[in-house]
Amino acid sequence: MKRARFSFFALVLAVFIGLGIFSGNVQLWAQTQPWQQIPVSKLPAFHPPQPKRIELPNGMVVFLQEDHELPTIDGTARIRGGERSVPANKTGLTDIYGEVWRTGGTKSQTGDQLDDYLEQRAAKVETGGSVDSTTVSWSCLKEDFDDVFRVFEDVLKNPEFRADKIEIAQKGQYDGISRRNDEPGQIAGREAAKLVYGAKNPYARVPEYRTVAAITRQDLVEWHGKYVHPNNIILGVVGDFDSAKMEARLREAFASWPRGPAANDPEIKPEPAKPGYYEVDKTDVNQSNIQMVALGITRKNPDYFATSVFNEAFGGGSSSRLFGDIRTTKGLAYAVGGGVGAGWDHPGMLRLMVSTKSKTTIESIQALDEEIAGLAKRPIDDEEIKRAKDAILNSFVFRFDSPAKVLQEKMAYEFYGYPLDFLEKFQKGIEGVTKEDVARVAAKYVHREQMAVLVVGNVSEFDKPLSSLGTVNKLDIAIPAAPPGLMPEQGEHP
Amino acid sequence: MKSRLTSIQIIVVCFVLCSLALGQDLASFEKRTTVKKLSNGLTIIICERPEAPVFSFFTHVDVGSVQDPMGKTGLAHMFEHMAFKGTDTIGTRDYAGEKVALAKVEDAYAAYIAERDKPVDRDEQKLKQLEQSWKDAIAAADKFSAAYNNEFGKIVEGEGGEGMNAGTNYDETQYFYSFPVNRLELWAYLESERFLHPVLRQFYKERNVVIEERRMRVDSNPFGRLLEQFSEEAFVAHPYHRPTIGWISDLNSFSAADAQIFFDKYYVPSNMVVTVVGDVKASEAMPILEKYFSRIPARPKPDTATTTEPAQNSERSVVLHEQSQPVYLEGYHRPDYRSPDDQVYDAIADLMSSGRTSRLYRALVRDKQIASDSEGFTGYPGNKYPHLFAFYALPIPGHKPQEMADAIHVEIERLKKEDISDEELKMIKTRAKANLIRSLGSNEGLASELGLYQARYDDWRELFRSVDRIEKVTKADIRRVANRTFVPDNRTVGIIEFAGGPPGTGAGPQGGGQ
Repeated sequence: MKRARFSFFALVLAVFIGLGIFSGNVQLWAQTQPWQQIPVSKLPAFHPPQPKRIELPNGMVVFLQEDHELPTIDGTARIRGGERSVPANKTGLTDIYGEVWRTGGTKSQTGDQLDDYLEQRAAKVETGGSVDSTTVSWSCLKEDFDDVFRVFEDVLKNPEFRADKIEIAQKGQYDGISRRNDEPGQIAGREAAKLVYGAKNPYARVPEYRTVAAITRQDLVEWHGKYVHPNNIILGVVGDFDSAKMEARLREAFASWPRGPAANDPEIKPEPAKPGYYEVDKTDVNQSNIQMVALGITRKNPDYFATSVFNEAFGGGSSSRLFGDIRTTKGLAYAVGGGVGAGWDHPGMLRLMVSTKSKTTIESIQALDEEIAGLAKRPIDDEEIKRAKDAILNSFVFRFDSPAKVLQEKMAYEFYGYPLDFLEKFQKGIEGVTKEDVARVAAKYVHREQMAVLVVGNVSEFDKPLSSLGTVNKLDIAIPAAPPGLMPEQGEHP
Repeated sequence: MKSRLTSIQIIVVCFVLCSLALGQDLASFEKRTTVKKLSNGLTIIICERPEAPVFSFFTHVDVGSVQDPMGKTGLAHMFEHMAFKGTDTIGTRDYAGEKVALAKVEDAYAAYIAERDKPVDRDEQKLKQLEQSWKDAIAAADKFSAAYNNEFGKIVEGEGGEGMNAGTNYDETQYFYSFPVNRLELWAYLESERFLHPVLRQFYKERNVVIEERRMRVDSNPFGRLLEQFSEEAFVAHPYHRPTIGWISDLNSFSAADAQIFFDKYYVPSNMVVTVVGDVKASEAMPILEKYFSRIPARPKPDTATTTEPAQNSERSVVLHEQSQPVYLEGYHRPDYRSPDDQVYDAIADLMSSGRTSRLYRALVRDKQIASDSEGFTGYPGNKYPHLFAFYALPIPGHKPQEMADAIHVEIERLKKEDISDEELKMIKTRAKANLIRSLGSNEGLASELGLYQARYDDWRELFRSVDRIEKVTKADIRRVANRTFVPDNRTVGIIEFAGGPPGTGAGPQGGGQ
């Protein structure tokens, strides 16, 4: 009994109430309500299993997390170095690399042979690329561990990047490029990032036909040679194994692997667009995607805790001001929310967003303006602070309610150089946040006049022209043409 | 490693071990899963999974958009939104006053709609006045709840609720979130209360929210537009032809009174399965759940009979001429989930679509290199009633939907004419077991699955038995079902054709040529 599972079908087939993001009217409970009379005992003390951290002499860091609930063993190797280190004229390199690392096979096995071998065991070995790292992961039933781990090790160390698979990966990228203006949400997300970091900035730029076409097998081989060294790798393993035996197996596989040059992350300076209004005209929609954006912060910032409470109260869920005012009270939007985004090692995005029908576009921008102005006139109050802190602290247990989640947290701290007890620090940090802290960070980070306001919508249907609010910069999102000869039957579509 | 690559032995070993592992799990689930049908007809499942001091729940209501009344599409989903609006105590402090005010809203709305929908002699002046009276009545009613906006959600989130949401599809409606275990009784109160005393306040503003949801998912999304047209074409009689989100004219017409009638009829205890999975003991939790959920009064089980979709005797198609890149989709009618061939369809979907060994990936993406993605899947747009087995492909630049059709049909013909290989059949069965094992590792996933299988088969164990049924699928079954199902007269095609970029942007065809 299977349901349609492909994401774009699932999206349309099932409709959700879509609470993901919070209303802030003052409530003073004069009397005890029925739900307040139900006793809530103290949550039993819970000490989730902590992974064992091992550092091999060659610098490889391993985390072992036993979880004996199911007969499976999964692992992920995260390797330093990602898309932000790619030269601009090869943008998209880690997408191609992340695919062909696996599909291109190893020195001894083609990718197709690996596919057959793994699928017979219902197992996976997969690779991927992201902005700051690349990964090789596996998942398998415990009984197949030896078989699957050998494939993992072979892919990690001996990839072949066969040319036929590079071509398939490039074609897939061309397809993605050709489709990138089809959905308004995708356009808004991409263009908002460009406004915050700069169009050419590694945190915002996107692959083009010419940059993908420029990627060669040699680039992939060189990338692997440059980054895949034990001292650049963090490996996490979770599942039904004995740690001592697993450690022995991993030492056998990796201890003799020599160190290589350390990965260096480039210095990247955000170059935000000038504050103001930016417009993308899309004539086949009846809803505007509005995003107000600016540079956010990192989690190393001491204000991270106060902004977390602020985000929860201002734009974070069905209790937040934005949700209560713009969705519930005004009925202007289904999707609304936002806050000061915090990145691990570079500033995240401050983003307030709302999607509304074309003819309430300007009205909704003004509604967001009011919310921002309201922060000074009607600062987040005691009741809102309490609820936001309660929401974060009472749900805190969900950050470590499975061994796999604990492992993922620790791997992230290790990767980004955070103390391994950062989660405990976060809890204490939240507990200590005061109303004054929240008012201070709101005043420090949320400045309407410093934001770029992006509207992707059907301009001719707006309630008023965007220019009624200020100078409008029209964004050209036309996709730059492919180099001659790249596409078959170029231009044959009607 | 090389010597092992083609070793059948390994597969066999894996197979035996998979079976063992699964057997242990089923036995273990028998021990830690308790089902109780309350005297009002509501079913409770408690599954003990003491991994961390938390629990997840799913309330499964056996009603979906298929039950939307004629002219009121979108109502099942609309009620789902209203189930977050509170009760006679949550969301107001003066329900007596609010109740009167809400009744006035309904009266004013009915008068407004009666004038608006007059076929002849509509009085525009009067219509304006009626609209204003309706809006005034809303403003008066809102005064009773404005200070307690979203109070239900605020309680849940403030108490540490995680992932609060709900979903409506054609076949059913589900409500879910997770809590720390010390909130079990609070949860039982909140969840039973919302179906015991729901108050449909702020209905017309929430209706606007839902209309925005429609704009986002359907009107402003080319895939959404395609699927709406495709379903409408594939089903002529059964309600699967209507959108779950609702037609815009219906969304602009139905009332809170309609939603109340819908609730009264379908949200009866015998239509509900409440599943709790987590660090709870059935012996302690069951009395608590029973205490709260028993309060919902028994009501008669609704008549949910619907039209049976007649046999399709002609190929049908819809073509959308869009600014967006091409998509190819086709679907074939198949029987509902209770069909003895249900797992044969699952096996075909797996064979055609799972991973890089799947037939469609290998044919369209790897070998012909004409598509970026292609799969076959079952359960469209639901599976409780006879539905579709569908195929899709996304053509890469320079290739057309017709090439997708041709390539998919080659694979379908292969399915009909040649037995699949031993290796393929084994792969399907091994994967079904592994997928089941992997689905057992989360409270949310388990609560959802156990509740669904209990509702559909009146026995959660069917979740495990369905894998046993896949085990019995033969090569002949696959050929037989393919030959019966995948025939042109049983086919509906949905295509997005690229019709040129938007005016003034200079956007060209695929490949960016201008």
